[in-house]
Amino acid sequence: MANDVLVFGELRGGEIKKVVRELIAAGKVITESTGGSIDAVLMGRGSENEAEKVRKLGLRKIAVLSDEILDNYSTEGYAEALAGMIKEEGYGYILLGATAMGRDLGPRTAAKVDGVMFSDCVDLRVEGTSLVARRPVYSGKLLIDITPVGDHPVFVTIRPNNIAPAGEGADSSDVVQRPSGVTREMIRAIATEIVPLSGGRPDVSEADVIVSGGRAMKDAANFKLLGDLADLFGGAVGASRAAVDAGFAEQPLQVGQTGKVVNPKLYIACGISGAIQHLAGMRTSKVIVAINKDPNAPIFEKAHYGIVGDLFEIVPILTEEIKKLLN
Amino acid sequence: MKIIVLLKRVPDTEAKILINQEGTGIREDGVKFIINTYDEYGIEEGIKLKEKIGGDSKVTVVCLGPEESTEVIRTALAMGADDAVHICDPALKAPSPFTTAAVLAKAIGEEGFDIIFCGKQGIDDDTAQVQSGLAEMLDIPQVNIAGSFELSEDASKAVVGRRIEGGTEMIETSLPVIVSCDKGLNEPRYASLPGIMKAKKKEIRTRTLADLGFDEAPGAGASRILKWLTLPKGGECRMVEAEEVSDAVKELARLLREEAKII
Ligand SMILES: Cc1cc2nc3c(=O)[nH]c(=O)nc-3n(C[C@H](O)[C@H](O)[C@H](O)COP(=O)(O)OP(=O)(O)OC[C@H]3O[C@@H](n4cnc5c(N)ncnc54)[C@H](O)[C@@H]3O)c2cc1C
Repeated sequence: MANDVLVFGELRGGEIKKVVRELIAAGKVITESTGGSIDAVLMGRGSENEAEKVRKLGLRKIAVLSDEILDNYSTEGYAEALAGMIKEEGYGYILLGATAMGRDLGPRTAAKVDGVMFSDCVDLRVEGTSLVARRPVYSGKLLIDITPVGDHPVFVTIRPNNIAPAGEGADSSDVVQRPSGVTREMIRAIATEIVPLSGGRPDVSEADVIVSGGRAMKDAANFKLLGDLADLFGGAVGASRAAVDAGFAEQPLQVGQTGKVVNPKLYIACGISGAIQHLAGMRTSKVIVAINKDPNAPIFEKAHYGIVGDLFEIVPILTEEIKKLLN
Repeated sequence: MKIIVLLKRVPDTEAKILINQEGTGIREDGVKFIINTYDEYGIEEGIKLKEKIGGDSKVTVVCLGPEESTEVIRTALAMGADDAVHICDPALKAPSPFTTAAVLAKAIGEEGFDIIFCGKQGIDDDTAQVQSGLAEMLDIPQVNIAGSFELSEDASKAVVGRRIEGGTEMIETSLPVIVSCDKGLNEPRYASLPGIMKAKKKEIRTRTLADLGFDEAPGAGASRILKWLTLPKGGECRMVEAEEVSDAVKELARLLREEAKII
């Protein structure tokens, strides 16, 4: 079976995503046991420049597909280009970030090349010669270890912020230009425009720090309190479903089972009770701080640090204290 | 217009999920099952679209799942779907996402379709793979994680707001297309009492693998679950207390810096 790994070098707005380094590190877990090599592929506007950023990470080669047709992401165009490379070069493993793009592109491409696919994995290892992927199921209430059977290219999307990123070495890899083979006619659905989230803060699914508010926030204006704290870290503001449904925050900010799954270094839950559906979205945060009036709120069972009291009193003081520490 | 809505029966979001004694899956006894939460947005969008277009448009629910799925199918019919196809076969007990996609592709191909709505993922296996596999097998475009949906006047194309990190990608797509739905796309309606009465008379066509022309489950056996695991135990919560709130907060900030090393 083919042992070589292909890492999808996701770009957004012409910039390579942080998760790509983590994917390369995951690729090394595979090739250390199987003896294969790791290549990366970058597509669309900016790919040539951004290829430089991964040149020292121990890749064999970096394929750059800078056709104009790939400047805007389209499932069909990207899947066609990716499938073409896999068929031609015979990759055994294809690694993508478990991002909006990776989770859209991975399964479509896998179906094209008769692959198997494991989505949203949090860990990879090799047992004997078999890849074993670990992934959460039932909204993170359980985990499974899953392994491919038979001779199929194996696609894995990996949840960002889970694997230590690959470090730099001296070896720089070859950058090769490649035509994509994609034509306009192949694309029936295409992005015409990207409307940014209002607020100008990073997305909860990408932020290292999230300050979230629940029903206790009482109205939308009070979310400014959380924003002030989040901004100290360049972080994001999140919300519980109760806060979204009450109109205090927009849907894209919702964290949880019917919101986004987040994985930040620090999650500060303000006036959030900690319902099971909320926990489903944030329980893997590295450090969880809970601020709640109710000492019996279930959020304290999952938090690492808790403080009982009124968030309207606590959050502004915390913001000041952290500001002092950061200066 | 022929609208297909995909439906899956899953454990309730509140359910405590435990591994069964054999370690081969979850314990189902005592677990309440519901319509996959995201599928509700798909059902609502399908019915809304039918109401808007009128004429002889029709919403057909397609569900792959065990016999007990009839209950959630009836709920979808009570919300306003017209009829249903229930694919039920012992060989489809725990299908992989691409097995599901291949079987659905066959059934939906037989039904005919202009647009397919489904949830952005199942809240049981959480793979979010079926819709994209299905799109490939039916050779149609896909738009995943829709937060808005607008059909053009002449019903030849649609503009879908696809949620991505940091914003919304406005996607223009031709029909037929499959759209997977996110919360916030709409407010799913409740099944009304008259709806529930009417649903009893609506047709549910049951299909086995053999009915769909398969000798065995397509694409089965390409992966194997080695192990089911419970979550690692989390640590205790450290409660930060002090006489004065401001002192407690100071202490919290100190702990975040010196102990958690996060600041
Ligand atoms: C199918 C389904 C899907 C769901 N998906 C999600 C999801 O994705 N995300 C999600 O979050 N929820 C989800 N929920 C809802 C979930 O069950 C809870 O209802 C919700 O998380 C509660 O939000 P909350 O904690 O903000 O509000 P509440 O439960 O009302 O809690 C408010 C908390 O604030 C505290 N409080 C009040 N005033 C103050 C104050 N001044 N200072 C400090 N603390 C204060 C209270 O003690 C309380 O603990 C889902 C539910 C269902 C049925």
